[in-house]
Amino acid sequence: MNVRELNGAAAPPMTNGELAFEAPWQGRVFAMANALCDAGAFQWSEFQAALIDEISAHESDGTPYAYYERFQAALEALLSRKGLIDRSALNARSEAYHQRPHGHDH
Amino acid sequence: MSELTTPALRAEALEDLLVEQGLFAPEQLDAIIEMFNERVGPMNGARVVARAWTEPTFKARLLEDATTAIAEYAFEGGQVDKLVVVENTDEVHNVVVCTLCSCYPWAVLGLPPKWYKDPAYRSRIVREPRRVLEEFGLEIAQNKTIRVWDSSAEVRYMVLPQMPERLATADETARAAAVSRDAMIGVALVQ
Repeated sequence: MNVRELNGAAAPPMTNGELAFEAPWQGRVFAMANALCDAGAFQWSEFQAALIDEISAHESDGTPYAYYERFQAALEALLSRKGLIDRSALNARSEAYHQRPHGHDH
Repeated sequence: MSELTTPALRAEALEDLLVEQGLFAPEQLDAIIEMFNERVGPMNGARVVARAWTEPTFKARLLEDATTAIAEYAFEGGQVDKLVVVENTDEVHNVVVCTLCSCYPWAVLGLPPKWYKDPAYRSRIVREPRRVLEEFGLEIAQNKTIRVWDSSAEVRYMVLPQMPERLATADETARAAAVSRDAMIGVALVQ
């Protein structure tokens, strides 16, 4: 059965009323975690533990809940612990992208 | 996170740094996103449910060891070690949550809806399941037991809903189309 022929509740995610991701960057971050796990950079259970830490820290401090921001922070924290990312390099790169002239920030 | 940068910019910076280190190629991310947008979703779980309704031997295997029972479908969307399917009956209604984060059986249901990740659902469904289900528009009889299953990184749960009488004569495609994502989480019935 081709899933594209299904309608109603059993239709694929794109057509059943709810997108998998609300913004493109959320999909990128989610995919990065999966690709890194596939590449053996970490076990999924390690990422899950980092995500639980991030979520519980932010639920107790009362900031508004933004799931994929927690997801991204968990990924950064885990990669930093594993020595796979240098936070200061990441900060610098983010800052550099922020400074790009408009029209280049896509 | 710097006040000046947005999550989108930071994600782009992170991706570029990791690509430069050779940890993955951007095309790999494109493929994963496409998979979750188009091929991994509740239609997979719905096919499993529709088959279990009419094939008693498959249903028995599914309830005994769902991970093995669905292996033949070769669903994409890994990172799930163990799938457990819990059956709704006249006596018991099952509902699934992940109290600590967002564990969810991707291979059969896709990515979780926003409310599943919400702190309110995650804490309240455990404390007052009957009331939360009512807020979803689902009234469970007082004499029926509600079981709440807390997913984890190791074990993910899916509900096998009850088949409504009207689907008894329908074909498998029509039965699958009637099985909603919410029914397989346990916050709705199959209508």
